Amino acid sequence: MTAPRLAPRTALVLGLALVLLAFMAGAASGAYPIAPAELLRMLTGGVQDTPAQLVFLNIRLPRLLLGVAAGAGLGVAGALMQGLFRNPLADPGLIGISSGAALAAGVVIVLGTQWFPALPHTLGSWTLMLAAFAGGLSVTLLIYLFAQGPSGTHIGLMLLAGVAVNAVAAAGLGYLNFIATDEQLRNIQFWLLGSLGGARWSAVALVAALVAVACTAALAWARPLNAIALGEAQAALLGVNVERVKRAAVVITALAVGAVTATTGIIGFVGLIAPHWVRLVAGPDHRVVLPGAALLGAALVLAADAVARTVAQPAELPLGVLTAFIGGPMFLLMLRRFRSRV
Amino acid sequence: MTLQCVDARVSAGGRELLHGITATLRPGRFTAILGPNGAGKSTLLSLLSAQRRPDAGQVLLDGQPVQALGAHALALRRAVMPQESAVAFDFTAREVAELGRYPHRKQPTADEAGIVEQALAATDVAALAPRIFNTLSGGEKARVHLARALAQVWAPLPGGAARWLLLDEPTAALDLAHQHQALRLLRGWAHGQGVGVAAVLHDLNLALRYADDALLLAHGEAASHGPVAEVLTAERIARIWGIGCTPVRTGDGVLQYFFN
Repeated sequence: MTAPRLAPRTALVLGLALVLLAFMAGAASGAYPIAPAELLRMLTGGVQDTPAQLVFLNIRLPRLLLGVAAGAGLGVAGALMQGLFRNPLADPGLIGISSGAALAAGVVIVLGTQWFPALPHTLGSWTLMLAAFAGGLSVTLLIYLFAQGPSGTHIGLMLLAGVAVNAVAAAGLGYLNFIATDEQLRNIQFWLLGSLGGARWSAVALVAALVAVACTAALAWARPLNAIALGEAQAALLGVNVERVKRAAVVITALAVGAVTATTGIIGFVGLIAPHWVRLVAGPDHRVVLPGAALLGAALVLAADAVARTVAQPAELPLGVLTAFIGGPMFLLMLRRFRSRV
Repeated sequence: MTLQCVDARVSAGGRELLHGITATLRPGRFTAILGPNGAGKSTLLSLLSAQRRPDAGQVLLDGQPVQALGAHALALRRAVMPQESAVAFDFTAREVAELGRYPHRKQPTADEAGIVEQALAATDVAALAPRIFNTLSGGEKARVHLARALAQVWAPLPGGAARWLLLDEPTAALDLAHQHQALRLLRGWAHGQGVGVAAVLHDLNLALRYADDALLLAHGEAASHGPVAEVLTAERIARIWGIGCTPVRTGDGVLQYFFN
């Protein structure tokens, strides 16, 4: 059976077009709708102090950019993990970043208010962000160190350790839920379902910079990851330093997803489906899958956020609900279309 | 220019798999690695390819310990065809063969794509190139892996260092015609291009027909090493495999055995 595929360049241009489309849709829609014509005027530099411009520059633009960074970071990390684990079901959560971040966020939300009542402990606050970032990194480091053996990092062991540590973190979070007040519980829930609502320019700039570095770094590992598709032993015989690839993939993933999750809470499903999707339309070469998954992840998060802000106005639906709600069925359609190739 | 094992020992799980093998392979020759199941053939091949490090003793390429050469330098010198190797994701046969050119990515030749096409043609899988590797039959997959190995060491090295092809049961999944075609190809590479070929084989008659030398392993030791017809005597076959056999000469003068 042959593989009908889009050429790499076509696929990436298409991905970029999707991001732009979702970006424009996201910029125009929301509690304060902005007409597309006005949007164009603002983006092309026609300066005027209209309310629309204030809303756009201070609220919507940072939010959109956070969406791009979050989606790109999750997408590229998903592609790295699936390539490293040689498994299309892998996702960044597998190595504990999300569960570690969630546990740390839970600790801050529930216990932080008792220990440091003066600090803000809601989504978007620096305390919560730093704690979640540190939590994600430490749990990933723990899993990585656990998987060290005589012949280097044991990928299977890392997977199993990840399952166990994720379970422990979930139990810890469960306990925090149990002792939390109603308000704290709501905050935890909100965090677990993800949102771009905490976007402030300072945080956005930081996350975007980290994700940009992560994406650039990830691209350098595209060809080694292709070789790893043959198995670690075969890749090593081709001259791939498999240990370095593993370390790089884990570090890049932990930094990108750690930064994103710390700022937005948990946005599920994007890291899982974006790479899968690119492989279905453009083939499994990581030189396409890595940038393609970043683009598709960004488009997906932007689109989901636009819907989250508009369907239940003035309320805002949790983003994680939308990414799964939109991504799931679209993924099923895709699977159906390419049924024979999965 | 040699590939050598010097008193190489390997243990795993408290059992010694190889009890001190010493053998010297030379480029330009096709060496068949023979022996019953569990004799240590694949273990020996993994030592020669530096995939595994001996617990004692040494593996030397041109007199240097293989581990000291580094993975990249080794990948330019020798290619390994695995016994079986699953490929993750829907890579096409051509993409799998292209991975053989991975070690050359920083100093590509003028026609990298041409090398891959020629390698695919050499193992008779050019027509399968656009197909998804995982949908191919076992024999077709083996031929794509062989093409990948050939592509990896396709061109002579600057400085004239010898290239090596190490193959673990390259013919196990192949049909009759492709078994002969593959071994003829490997012999051609050895004699025509001076490549050192070492292949684990189970079919003694194929070894007798195509190999120059045989390295016979039994119970983790080198039972015999030398020209294939001298190693594979009826008496030795009976002793090591426990099967009696009758020698015959084919029309073209090759020694073969009927097994009783």
